Amino acid sequence: MTDVERLIQLLARLPGLGPRSARRAALHLLKKRETLMGPLTQALEAVSRTVRTCSVCGNIDTLDPCGICSDGKRDPAVICVLEEVGDLWALERTGSFKGRYHVLGGHLSALDGIGPEDLNIAMLVERAQQDTVKEVILATNLTIDGQTTAHYIAERLRAAGVSVTRLAHGVPVGGELDYLDDGTLTAALRARRAVES
Amino acid sequence: MGGSIMEWSDQGIVLSARRHGESSAILSLLTEGHGRHAGLVRGGASRRQRGILQPGNLVTVAWRARLEEHLGGFTVELLRNPSAAWLDDPARIAALSSACTIADQTLPEREPGESVFNGLARLLDAMDEPGWQAAYVEWELALLGELGFGLDLSACAATGSNDALAYVSPRSGRAVSISAGEPYREKLLQLPGFLIGGAPVGPGDIAAGLALTGFFLDRHLFAPHQRRLPDPRGRLVERIRRADAGEPAVP
Repeated sequence: MTDVERLIQLLARLPGLGPRSARRAALHLLKKRETLMGPLTQALEAVSRTVRTCSVCGNIDTLDPCGICSDGKRDPAVICVLEEVGDLWALERTGSFKGRYHVLGGHLSALDGIGPEDLNIAMLVERAQQDTVKEVILATNLTIDGQTTAHYIAERLRAAGVSVTRLAHGVPVGGELDYLDDGTLTAALRARRAVES
Repeated sequence: MGGSIMEWSDQGIVLSARRHGESSAILSLLTEGHGRHAGLVRGGASRRQRGILQPGNLVTVAWRARLEEHLGGFTVELLRNPSAAWLDDPARIAALSSACTIADQTLPEREPGESVFNGLARLLDAMDEPGWQAAYVEWELALLGELGFGLDLSACAATGSNDALAYVSPRSGRAVSISAGEPYREKLLQLPGFLIGGAPVGPGDIAAGLALTGFFLDRHLFAPHQRRLPDPRGRLVERIRRADAGEPAVP
């Protein structure tokens, strides 16, 4: 196997890429060796050398504690609990949350044999017991496994004496009722609230 | 010359969905006419389809494959999503997960059994009502029966009478009356009254019922395969125990 074939094979393993698109990506990189391939190689090497999992929250960063945990401007009283780092990035994109995070690294799953000891839950319980923490927001996915995980964590945090909240469930921004699934509509109806006048 | 394509349509209850590759999922369904059946759902891991493939959802399904023994592909459409109303109820979610996992792990594949499908469908309907916990225990008891490990709760194993049945022998799976079982009560399993003759559910009855069915599920269906009872069932048992003890629920 040539080096180029090996490159195509590795690119094809990336999400969203198949053999054909990997070949196109490889060809593009080969054509832009100076302007793209070189910097990309350096960036990959640098990240591969420095990236680590934050020992406090489970985020992925080149620092430990991560940039969010060591940011003095973020509110230490509120911790938002998420399943994956991708969920953290999604919330960070909104720019509307100024607290800190805790990444579980997945959810409880009877099918896959993932139990509480396989997730970053013990550290969360430890963090929640600190005096500075007042609220824990459970932002796990709205799936059976995600909610099972949320209920389990709520149970574990009972002794910590913090306020445990969860994200609202319901109609998405720009959503039209006619196109919503029954489950979302049911959840939205149950979570209705008074209109301020 | 191509062979004929195998295909059928049915309705089914989602037992589990496992991501397969980047965007597909292997779906396990309990169907009305084709038993527990797996199939590939293309795009099953997508945002649009993931919600449809949640355990407990009732779906219509079309299965298609080149040969009968192939995994085949499913095309799925949602009919009902009962769990949406229970997402804030940890005990109901634990019961739903437990029932789907137990069915997924114990029912034989591709063995038609309309009564098994109807049993799970009835349980999901009952879980909308208060007192659903008794329906859950009855479902586990019925499942044991469907799989050939039914308990004989019709008469006392020792005396033959059907009065005052209060225990079950862990050895034979047969009921035992109060008088015959009293000397051995430590070794016997409790038989809650609601499982025989529809007596009302009393304090501690659900926990006793779960202990009874759990013992036989473990012995006949899980332990022989070196498996434990599913974790969600353990969480359900724990919640029932705490409710019986009067401990406050997590808000």
